[in-house]
Amino acid sequence: MSAGGAGPITADPMALAGRVLELARTREPGAEVEVLARGGVEALTRFANGAIHQNVAEDVGHLLVRVALDGRTARYTLDGQPDDDAIRTLVDRAIDAARVRPVDPDWPGIAPPAAAPDVEHWDEATADAAPAERARRVADFVRAAAGLDSAGYCSSRAHVVAYANTRGQRLRGRSTLAVLDGIARTSTSDASARGASAALADLDGATLGERAARQAREAADPADIEPGAYEVVLGPSCVADIIDFLYRYGFNARAVEEGRSFVQLGRQQFDAAITLLDDVTDPGTVGLPFDADGSPKRTLWVVDGGVTSNVLHTRRTAAMAGAESTGHAPETGEDWGILAVNPVLAGGDRTTEELIAGMARGLLVTDFHYTRILDPRTEVVTGLTRNGVWLVQDGRVTGPVRNLRFTQSYVAALAPGSVLGVGRDRSLVASADDATGSLVPSLHLRTWNFSGGARG
Amino acid sequence: MFDIATAAVESALAAGARYADARVMEQRSETMAARNGVVDTLDRGERAGVGVRALVGGSWGFYAVPDLSPASARSAGMRAAEVARASAVARGAPIELAPGPPSVGSWSSECREDPWDVSLAEKGDLLVGVTTTMLGHGADIAEARERVWDTRTWLVSSEGHRVDQHIRECGAAMNATAVGENETQRRSYPGIRGQYGTRGWELVRELDLPGNAARIAEEARALLTAAPCPARDATDLILGSEQMALQIHESVGHAVELDRILGWEAAFAGTSWLDLSQLGSMRFGSDLMNVTADATLPGALGSFGYDDEGTAAHPVDIVRSGIWVGVLSGRDSATRIGQASGGAMRADGFDRIPMVRMTNVGLLPGDDSLEAMVAATDEGILMDTNRSWSIDDRRLNFQFGCEIGWEIRNGRRGAMLRNPTYTGIGPRFWSSMDMLGNRSEWTFWGTPNCGKGQPQQVGHTGHPAVPARFRGVRVGVRG
Repeated sequence: MSAGGAGPITADPMALAGRVLELARTREPGAEVEVLARGGVEALTRFANGAIHQNVAEDVGHLLVRVALDGRTARYTLDGQPDDDAIRTLVDRAIDAARVRPVDPDWPGIAPPAAAPDVEHWDEATADAAPAERARRVADFVRAAAGLDSAGYCSSRAHVVAYANTRGQRLRGRSTLAVLDGIARTSTSDASARGASAALADLDGATLGERAARQAREAADPADIEPGAYEVVLGPSCVADIIDFLYRYGFNARAVEEGRSFVQLGRQQFDAAITLLDDVTDPGTVGLPFDADGSPKRTLWVVDGGVTSNVLHTRRTAAMAGAESTGHAPETGEDWGILAVNPVLAGGDRTTEELIAGMARGLLVTDFHYTRILDPRTEVVTGLTRNGVWLVQDGRVTGPVRNLRFTQSYVAALAPGSVLGVGRDRSLVASADDATGSLVPSLHLRTWNFSGGARG
Repeated sequence: MFDIATAAVESALAAGARYADARVMEQRSETMAARNGVVDTLDRGERAGVGVRALVGGSWGFYAVPDLSPASARSAGMRAAEVARASAVARGAPIELAPGPPSVGSWSSECREDPWDVSLAEKGDLLVGVTTTMLGHGADIAEARERVWDTRTWLVSSEGHRVDQHIRECGAAMNATAVGENETQRRSYPGIRGQYGTRGWELVRELDLPGNAARIAEEARALLTAAPCPARDATDLILGSEQMALQIHESVGHAVELDRILGWEAAFAGTSWLDLSQLGSMRFGSDLMNVTADATLPGALGSFGYDDEGTAAHPVDIVRSGIWVGVLSGRDSATRIGQASGGAMRADGFDRIPMVRMTNVGLLPGDDSLEAMVAATDEGILMDTNRSWSIDDRRLNFQFGCEIGWEIRNGRRGAMLRNPTYTGIGPRFWSSMDMLGNRSEWTFWGTPNCGKGQPQQVGHTGHPAVPARFRGVRVGVRG
């Protein structure tokens, strides 16, 4: 693997993980130890004002060691060269830290041996992508914007990961992700177009640039519109935002256990049109088939025909709830509980035009911006629209309108009877940090509360 | 370490760069967190590597390696030039760097008690103790954390910069959540993000977490049965200094970042409503509004000796008597408007390219006090401690929520209010500010989680703030 020719940083992460375990066993034979080793490359080419203004790449070398001594745990990470001295120091420090900290009575222990799904979202050419390949897609986007200002980025990343622990669990995985995401701009409007895939070759800068430019021209000179409750068709990136909040504050077992979540298992909490899976095996998604705890992922029905079916667990929350881990432990630690990597919302059978045709009077929304939770239990969220809002009357787009602020319960928006249509335009929407992606369609919703205008 | 950085720079120059700089960075970090009387997180991390920035023709390239060997540094330099060269297929106005004397120097932040010398047992006892106290005073969920960073940097440039820096930062946070029938209520101390600074463990001791644990738990419980914040189209609004820090950060700090104004962040973070043709003449707020970006404030989280391209820290006026007069900038952005660098280029690690970040962007104090503001208000609402924040991509239209509010009537603080929110348009809002707290209320709030850029970087920013009063503000927006 290379980033335009860069040499491998961690050519064999399992060998590295094995070295760490061996050192730890020598130092503290009775300790529970787990190791996550990751090598790879990440690169991102950014453009603004129709030109590349930032172009970065890095070799990734990351090592995470967790030690547990009778329930006293410590995690150490190293982003640096994993030579023998560095590993020895890392292991020693983790053991020393674990010895002196208070006992964690909820420590669930390290993962037992279990196989992960045989799935790999990997593209060799993306792992080897040279800077020129990202730059070419950017240039294609800029050219296709045909005279309009444009901005955005093209990224590619490739990770090879190994997990190993002293209980005998061994897992390997690798993944690639490429994203091309840009806007075209007139003096009064912006419009976006994006694509994400395990393969950079799937991303066509010219197609995306042309689409963004066409929509930017159509969105020019927007009219004011009164805030209030409107029927809406939300594009996939808006729907991805909704799903992200539902995962984080709702389907998160930690939030459920603490009473912060809306979730009531077995209840019809959503419209029957909503079926939500977490599914690393879907060929349209990305990521690894196991989590930072070394727990395998599996296909999980989170919402089945509107009925809330499952919540997402780490080993810790699973042990506390008497359940099994669903493989959603993040590398970043215990703060948030779970990390959603593979949300997949079932698609429908309608084109965007058909969804629009179903609206008597409503708004077609492209993107959300800066969404923040007001109350976790009800999932009331405020944010703004961005990159194109259109008024729809009698089933036809009549013209662009200015951005609006909304204050809306995401749970209520998908409640029984609230989903009037599901698009067949399901697409992978990458998260802001390019670490995960949601596979989601457009949705036609009965009502959305726009609480104010956005004009200064 | 200077030799490693020098090798990277020389390699980039040999590969065709007309300018190059390299930062070697070694960073240690620690997070310990407790929940409901149990330490559930002890994370420590070490990062070490070199990041090289190369200017080839008119374009930047950047390459980083997590390796401090001379061979890897040379490789990174060469690849940075290669990445820069690829940018030529979509070339814009060539990057130029504002001139300035190359810095040569060394700087360390002040630190009376090294956080790494404080035992994990003591830190654990503190966090277990305060979360246990909160549970005993009405909290259903009690959380507390401490965080420590220790960063050493060696910077070398092809223009002769040679700077080393040692910055120690730490701080702590705690919060109590009460779970009700239909909603949750939360109180945080000292603020939603805690309090952090470029100081030693003495900062954490001064916070006195144990002395405030019971109070915030009781307030969280009381909020469940408090009256909701009334919806009013226009009322007097008094903000505590923690919420003022957020208000400054979102509606002033980001708006005056020159890279945003120039459109360099257009597709992601957004642009700015500010028009450079009005720099020096446009009214941003009332006469009481004086904002500076000052990286020299001792102990504030956004303080340093040199930014990450070697410009020496210095104060920059942003708003003077309500008039917009300055921006946050680096060498490549400042030159576009004919200025010297504002010294605001920072990166969150060796593996990230420096970008324009807030330093300590804050409001200079006035002559009033929170007490005087309440006494001078016939009808209004006092809000404090940020809970939610959302602002549009031009940094103009905002809606912010706080953890707690109080009704004010006839100059007295009345009933507690839950779910207080307010909304406004930046310059109108700031122009309505008519009372400002005094120097004794001036707090250097530290925000350790400012996200910006692609790949995203987490910035540490400081925000000196005092309480303030605003007139005619819309409050009580809910879904």
